[in-house]
Amino acid sequence: MRRAPLWVGGVLVGLVLLTALVSFVWTPYDAAAIVAPKLADPSLAHPLGTDHLGRDIVSRLMVGARATVVVGVVAVALAAGGGVPLGVLAGMLDGRFGAARWATWAGEGLMRGVDVLYAFPALLLAILLAAAVGASTTTAMVAIGVATIPAFARIARAATLTVMTQDFVLAARASGTSQAGTAVRHVLPNIAPVLGVQASVSFGIAILAEAGLSYLGLATPPPTPTWGRMLREGQNVLFGAPEQALWPGLAIGFAVLGLNLLGDGLRDLLDPRLREVA
Amino acid sequence: MIRAILLRLLLFAASLLGASGIIFLVVNALPGDVAQVILGTGATPEAVAALRQRYGLDRPGIVRYLSWLGGLFTGNLGTSYVTGESVTSQVLPRLGVTTWLVSFAVIVALVVAIPQGMVAAMQRRRWQGALASATSQIGLAIPAFYAGILLVVVFAVKLRWLPANGYQQLHDDNGWHVAAWAQRLILPVASLAIVQASVLTRYVRSAFVEVLNEDWFRTARSVGWTRWRALWRHGIRNAAISVVTVLGLQLATMLVGAIVVEQVFSLPGLGTLLLTAVGNRDLQLVQGIVLLLVAAVLVINLLVDLSYLAIDPRLRSARGGSR
Repeated sequence: MRRAPLWVGGVLVGLVLLTALVSFVWTPYDAAAIVAPKLADPSLAHPLGTDHLGRDIVSRLMVGARATVVVGVVAVALAAGGGVPLGVLAGMLDGRFGAARWATWAGEGLMRGVDVLYAFPALLLAILLAAAVGASTTTAMVAIGVATIPAFARIARAATLTVMTQDFVLAARASGTSQAGTAVRHVLPNIAPVLGVQASVSFGIAILAEAGLSYLGLATPPPTPTWGRMLREGQNVLFGAPEQALWPGLAIGFAVLGLNLLGDGLRDLLDPRLREVA
Repeated sequence: MIRAILLRLLLFAASLLGASGIIFLVVNALPGDVAQVILGTGATPEAVAALRQRYGLDRPGIVRYLSWLGGLFTGNLGTSYVTGESVTSQVLPRLGVTTWLVSFAVIVALVVAIPQGMVAAMQRRRWQGALASATSQIGLAIPAFYAGILLVVVFAVKLRWLPANGYQQLHDDNGWHVAAWAQRLILPVASLAIVQASVLTRYVRSAFVEVLNEDWFRTARSVGWTRWRALWRHGIRNAAISVVTVLGLQLATMLVGAIVVEQVFSLPGLGTLLLTAVGNRDLQLVQGIVLLLVAAVLVINLLVDLSYLAIDPRLRSARGGSR
C-alpha cells in the first residue's frame, strides 16, 4: 500500500510509453485517413468513435501519445543537460569547499543568470520563439526544455552542496582527486536519484505545456495528431458531440497523473520521512 | 531591513534588464531579416527597405535595444511594425480582462485551498485527508483549458446555465452590466481556480503537517490549547512562508494559463492579443506583451521575497535573506 503511488504511476506511465512505441509499428487505422462517417458513435470497429472528419479516434490518440512522449523526453533531456552541469558547477564553486573568492562569485552569478530564466514560463518562451522563427515541434521542445533548466540547476546545486559535505567527498579531495573527477565520480552518482524525481515531475509539466501549445496551434503542425489539438478540434463540435473533447483530455490527465505519482513514489523511496509531509 | 529590501530591488532590476535583453535577442537576433519576416517572402525589396528605414531597423541591434529600453522608462513599449500603432495603446484596453480573470482565480483558489489544506493536514490519517489529497492529485494532472472545456460541457451545453464563451465589458456607454459581466467570467475563473486550488491545497497541507509535528505545537497542546487555537495563534505564520512561495509560483503559472483559458472562452484579454500578434507576425507587439508578462512574473517574485521579510523577522538582515 505504501508503494501504491509508485506502482500506479509506473503502470500509467508504462501504458503511455507502450502506446507511443506501438504507434510506430501499428495503429488500428491510418491516423490521418478518413475511414468512416464523421462523428460516428463508438462501435467494435471504432471503440471511441470517429472525429469531425471521420478519422478513428483511437488511432489518433495512439499517434498523439508519440508526440507527447517525444516532446517530453527531448525537453527534459535538454533541461537536465543544461541545468545539471550548471547546478553542479555552482554548488562546487561554493567558498566552503575551498573555491577561490572570484570562483564563488562566478558560481553565484551563474545561478542569478539562471534565475532570470525563471521569469519565462515554458508557454511564454514558446510563444516568443514561435513569433520569431515559426511554430513547430522543435520550437516547442526547445522552449519547454530551456524554461525547465532553472528547476534542474537549482535542485542539482542544492543536492551538490549536501553531497560535498559528506566524508567520502572530503576523502576523495584530500587524496588529490580533481574537481572534475569528484564531480563525475562522486557528486553525479549521488545526486542522480533526486534528479530522477525532478525528471519525472518535469516530464509531467512538459506534457501539460506541450498540450497547451498544441491547443493554441503552436507545436506539431497538422496532419500529425496531438492530444492538445484534438482537444481544440473537439471543442469546435462541443454542442453536437461533447465526448469528442473528453478522450484527449483524459489521455493528458492520465499521463500527467502517472508521472506525478511516479515522482511521489520515487521521492518516498528516497526519503520515507517525507511521505507524511507530501 | 532597508539593506535587505534594497538588495532585492537591485536583483529585481537586474533580472528585468536581463529578461528584456533575452526577449530582444530572441525577437531580433534570430536568423532572418525582421522586415522580411513581417512582410513575408512575397514582399518586394523596395517595400522591405522602406519598412526597415521607417522603423529604424537598419540601425545596429544595440542601438535599437537601447532605444526600446529608453522608451520603457516612459511607459512606451514601442510601435507596432504592422499597424503603426503604439504597443502601449493596444495593450492597455486588454489588461482589464486578464487582470479580472487572474485576480478572481487567485482569490477563489485561496478561499478553497486554505481550509481544504488545513482539514487535509488535521485529518491526514482519516478518509477526509485522503480524499483531499486524491482530489488535489487529479487537479494537478488536468490542464486549466481542459477544466474549462469540461465546465462548458456541463454548465453551458448540458445545463445551459451560463454562456459558453464571449465577454461583456463591466461598463460602457450604455451603463453598467454587472450581471452579464459576472456570468461570462464565472466559467473562465473557475477553470483557472480549480487547477490552482488543487496545487495550493497540496502545499497548504504539507506546510501544516510540518507545523503539527513541531515541538512548540506539542507544547501548546500540552498546556491545554486546542489544535485549532494553536494553529490559529502560531501555525498560520509558520506555514505562511511555504504557502506564499507556492502562491507566487502559481500566480506566474496562472498568468500563462490565462493566455490559453482566454482562447477557450474567446475572451479579449492580453493572451488573445499576444496570439493575434504572433499570427500577424507583429514582432514589436509580441516583444512588448511578453516583456509585460515577464515583468509581472518578476514583480510577483519580488513581492513574495519582500513578504518573507514581513513574515519571518530572522530574514531581515540582508545576508540572512539572500538565497
